[in-house]
Amino acid sequence: MRIEALFLLGVAAFFGLVGIIYWFWGYEQGGTVMLVGTTLLGFVPGAYYFWWSRRMRPRPEDRPDASIEEGSGIIGSFPSSSIWPFVLGMGLFLMVLSIVFGLWLIAPGIALVLSSLIGVTAESRRGGTV
Amino acid sequence: MTPRAGETTDKVALRRRRRALGVLGGTALVVLLGGCNLPTFWGYRGSTKQGHDEFLLYSSTVIAAIVVGLIVAVLIAWAVLRYRRRSDDLPRQFQYHIPLEITYTVVPVIIVLILFGFTVAVENQVDAVASNPTVKVDVTAFQWGWTFSYPGHVSVTGVTTEDPDPVGLDGNACAPAKDCLGPGLIIPAGETTQIHLTSKDVIHGFYVPEFNFSRYAQPGFDDQYFDLSPQHAGVFRAQCTQLCGLYHSLMFFHVVALPPAQFQSWLSSQQSLAAATTGTTGTTATSSTSSTKAAA
Amino acid sequence: MTLLADRQATHGHEHEHHEGPTGLLKWMTSTDHKLIGMNYMVTSLVMFFLAGIMALLLRAQLASPHSSFLNFQQYNALFTMHGSLMLYLFAGPFAFGGLANFILPLQVGAPDMAFPRLNALSYWLYLSGSVTMLLGFLVSGGAAAYGWVAYAPLSSVQFSPGSAPDLWILGIALTGFSAIFTGVNLVTTTFYLRAPGLTMFRLPIFTWNMLVTAILILIAFPILTAAMVLLFADRHFGTHFYTTAGGGSPILYQNLFWFFGHPEVYILALPYFGIVSDVIPVFSRKPLFGYKGMVFATMSIAALSTGVWAHHMFTTGEVLLPFFSLLSLLIAVPTGIKFFNWIGTMWRGQLIFTTPMLFCIGFLLAFLMGGLTGVMLASPPIDFATHDTYFVVAHFHQVLFGTAVYAGFAGLYYWYPKFFGRMYRESLGKWHFWLMTVGFWVTFLPQYVLGLWGMPRRVASYPSDLGWQGLNIVSTIGAYLIGISFVFLLVNLWVSWRKPVLAGDNPWDAHTLEWFAASPPVHHNFERLPPIRSERPTWDFHHPDARTVAHGNGHRTLVGAGVGPESGNGDGSA
Repeated sequence: MRIEALFLLGVAAFFGLVGIIYWFWGYEQGGTVMLVGTTLLGFVPGAYYFWWSRRMRPRPEDRPDASIEEGSGIIGSFPSSSIWPFVLGMGLFLMVLSIVFGLWLIAPGIALVLSSLIGVTAESRRGGTV
Repeated sequence: MTPRAGETTDKVALRRRRRALGVLGGTALVVLLGGCNLPTFWGYRGSTKQGHDEFLLYSSTVIAAIVVGLIVAVLIAWAVLRYRRRSDDLPRQFQYHIPLEITYTVVPVIIVLILFGFTVAVENQVDAVASNPTVKVDVTAFQWGWTFSYPGHVSVTGVTTEDPDPVGLDGNACAPAKDCLGPGLIIPAGETTQIHLTSKDVIHGFYVPEFNFSRYAQPGFDDQYFDLSPQHAGVFRAQCTQLCGLYHSLMFFHVVALPPAQFQSWLSSQQSLAAATTGTTGTTATSSTSSTKAAA
Repeated sequence: MTLLADRQATHGHEHEHHEGPTGLLKWMTSTDHKLIGMNYMVTSLVMFFLAGIMALLLRAQLASPHSSFLNFQQYNALFTMHGSLMLYLFAGPFAFGGLANFILPLQVGAPDMAFPRLNALSYWLYLSGSVTMLLGFLVSGGAAAYGWVAYAPLSSVQFSPGSAPDLWILGIALTGFSAIFTGVNLVTTTFYLRAPGLTMFRLPIFTWNMLVTAILILIAFPILTAAMVLLFADRHFGTHFYTTAGGGSPILYQNLFWFFGHPEVYILALPYFGIVSDVIPVFSRKPLFGYKGMVFATMSIAALSTGVWAHHMFTTGEVLLPFFSLLSLLIAVPTGIKFFNWIGTMWRGQLIFTTPMLFCIGFLLAFLMGGLTGVMLASPPIDFATHDTYFVVAHFHQVLFGTAVYAGFAGLYYWYPKFFGRMYRESLGKWHFWLMTVGFWVTFLPQYVLGLWGMPRRVASYPSDLGWQGLNIVSTIGAYLIGISFVFLLVNLWVSWRKPVLAGDNPWDAHTLEWFAASPPVHHNFERLPPIRSERPTWDFHHPDARTVAHGNGHRTLVGAGVGPESGNGDGSA
C-alpha cells in the first residue's frame, strides 16, 4: 500500500508547492482555490493510505515474491448483472431532459431514480440480481 | 569519445552523432542570428518593433525545433530501417541505461530554460507600454465591427455588415480591396501608439498578422493597454480572431501607418471637423467616408 | 512447472456454467467490464465517424473562399459539434471507457472492475449525455455554435439563446459524471484488485497511464462541472458569474474552463501514450526501455499539465505569463523522455511491422511535430502571433490525431484478437494506415502555413485575393483521403467478422497479463494465472530463458542483462 500512498501524497505535495508559488507570485484567487482543492484531493486519501500502510502487513499484491495461491479465494463482490444502473441512468437522463423539454419529464425521471436506489440497495443486501 | 561503462558501440556512435549535430546547429544559429537574416519560415518579419522582436524569437525557435525534430526523426527512421526483423532470434533484452536516461532528461531541461530566457526577454519588450506615446487610441470591438477613438472626439467606426470605411496610404479609397476591408486604424509610422482595447459585448480578438500580434478585447476589462510602433508606413490587413458570433468571419479592419507629418495633419483636420460638427466638446462625431478621404 | 490458482469471485456467478440474461436484456443489465468496454468503444467510434463527417463538411466549405455550401450559423454549429464530439464523446470515452474498461482489469489480473454496477451506470450516463448533446441538432436554432470551449459571454443566454446550448451544457454534465465514476473505478481497481506479486512497479505502462489519467479526471472534471453549473445558472437563474452586468467576469470562465481543459487534453493523451508503450515492446521483441523513467515521466506530465491552464489565455493580458510559459515549456522534457524511451525500445530490436506497430510509428512522427509546435506556442510572444489562427488548429490536430487516432487505432488493432478471438485482415489494416497517413500530413501541413499567413480559425469564409485558396484546397483533399482510409477499417471489421480467422490467446507473443487470458476472455477473466515476477508475466511464462528483470525490488543488473537474479522461482516456494 505504501507506493499508492506515496503516489497520492506526491500529488498533494506537488499541488501544495505550486499553489504556494502561484499565490505569492500572482495573487489570483480562482486558480489558487483550485490548486488548494487539488492538494486536498491527494492529501486526504494519501494520508489515510500512508497511515494504514505502516500498520498493515503487505498484501500479496504488494509483495514481489507472492505466489498466485495466496490470492485465491473470495476477492470481492462482483454482481454480474443488474438492471439498476440502466434504470438509474435513464432516470437521470429524463431529469436532465426535463430541464429543456418540459418539467413534466421530471416525474418519471425521479420515479426511475428512486426505484433504482431502492432496487440496488435491495440487490446488495440480497447479494445477487433482483 | 571514450565509451562509458557498459555502453555499447551503438550508444557511443549515437552520442557522437548527437554532439556533432548540436555543434552544427549551434553554429548555424550564431551565424544566422549574427547576420540577422533569418529565414521567415512563412511568418512575417514584423512591421512593428514589437512584431520584429517576436519574429526573431519565432525564427530562432523554429530553427531549434527543426534541429531537435530532425535528430529525433532520424533516430526513429534509423531504428525502423536498421532493426527490422531479420531472424527469429531474440534480441538482447536490455531495459535501462541510467547515464543515457539522465542525459536526455537534463539536456532538454537546459534547452527549455534557454528558450524560456529568450521568451521572457521578448515578452517584456512586446508587452511594454511606453509612458509617452505619440498618440493614444481607444479601440472598441463589438458585434460585428470596430470603433477607433482618438483624442479630440475623433472616432472611426466600421460595421461589418455595412459599408466599411476604406482609407488607403494616400488617404483615398484603396485598392486592392484586401488591404482596406473594414475600418482603418490610422497611426503614425516610426512612432509609438498606445492602444486601449475593450469590447462592448463578447470577447473579440484584435489581430494584425503583419504585426505578429493579437490581444483579446474583453467586456468589463478596462485594463488592456499595449503599444504599436510601426517601423515604416504601410497598410496592414487585420481581423477578429476570437469567435464572437455569427459574423465573426467578416469582422475585418486594417491598420494604416502614415508618415508622422501626414498623420498629424489627418488627426488635426479630423479634430477640427469633430469640433465644428458638434459645436460643443464632449460629443463624439463619427467620421464619414468622404471626410476621411479629404483629409490626407 | 507453473502453479495454477484460481481466484474466484462471488455472487451471481456459478463457476462453470454461467447463465444469465441474453440478447437485449443482457446488453441492458450486464456489469461485465468487457461488455461495457465494448459498448463504450462502439458508441465512441460512432461519435468519431459523426464528427469526422462534420469535419468533411467544414473542409468542403473552406475549399473556396466565399462558399455558399453552408451558411455562417451552420458552419459555427458544425465546428462546435465537431470539436465537442471528438473531445468529449470520442477521444476520452474511447480510451478510459472503452479500452481501459476492457483491458485494465485483465492487465492487473482482476475478475472485473472494482465497482461493476457503477461501471455500467457510467456507460448509461455517457450514452445519455451524448444523445443530449446531439439533440441540439434537432431543436430550433440548431446545435450550439459557440465553439467547444463555450466562452462566456458568447455562451450566455443573451448571445446564444435557445435550448441547444442548454442541451450541450447538460450533455457535458452527464458525460462528466460518467467520467468521474470511471476515474474512481480505475483507481480503485488498480489499487485493490491486483494479482499477487503484481506490485505497482510491475504494472503495464498502459495501466500506469490509466491510473494517472484517472487521477487527472478526478482533478479536472469536477471543475468542468462547476464551470458548467455556473454557466447554466447565468443562463437561467439570473446570476452574473461570467457577465459583467452584475459584476461578474468572463475571465473567471476561462480560468475554470482551462483548469479543466488543459488536464483534459492530457487525459486524452496519456492513455494513448500507454497503448504505444505496450505495443512497441511487443513488436520489438524486447522489454520497454526505461520503465521507471516512463512512470515518472507520466506523473510529471500529469503534474505539469495541471499548472499550465492559462497558456490558453496568454492573449487576455490578464495572466501571469512567465509562470505558465515556464511550466508549459517544461512539459516538453518528460514527453521527450518518453520519445527516447520508445526509440530505445525499438533500438537493436527485431521490429515486426504489423498494423498496430505501423500506427505507433505514425503516432511518433505526428506527435513529434505536433509536440514541437506546442513548445513554440508555449512562448507568449509566439502565441500572440499565432493564437486563434490555423497554426494552433494544425498543432492540436497533430497531437490529438497522433494520440487518439493513430495510437487509438493501434490499440484497436492490437487488442482486436483479444476482444473477439479472431484476427483482422492485415492487408486492409495496412491500406488504412498508409492512406490515412498520406491524408493526415496533406491535411495539416498546409494549415500551419495558412495560420502563419494570418488565416484565423473558426471562419466560414476568407478573402479571395490573399492566395489562401490553394492550400485550403490541398487541406480539403487530405481530409477526404483520411475519410476514405476509414472505409478500409470498416471493411476490415466486416470481413473479419463474416469470415473469421481464429486467433489464439496470444497471437502476438505479447508480454502483459491480458494475453494470458483466453481470447475472448472467459467470464471473470482468468481460469488460471502465471506467477508474476516482472512487468512481463506472460512473456516470462513463455520465455523462461529470457526473463525480464524486475524493477524496484532491489534487483539491480547492468545494461544488457537478459536474465537476472529473482527473489522466487516459479513454483511459489519462497
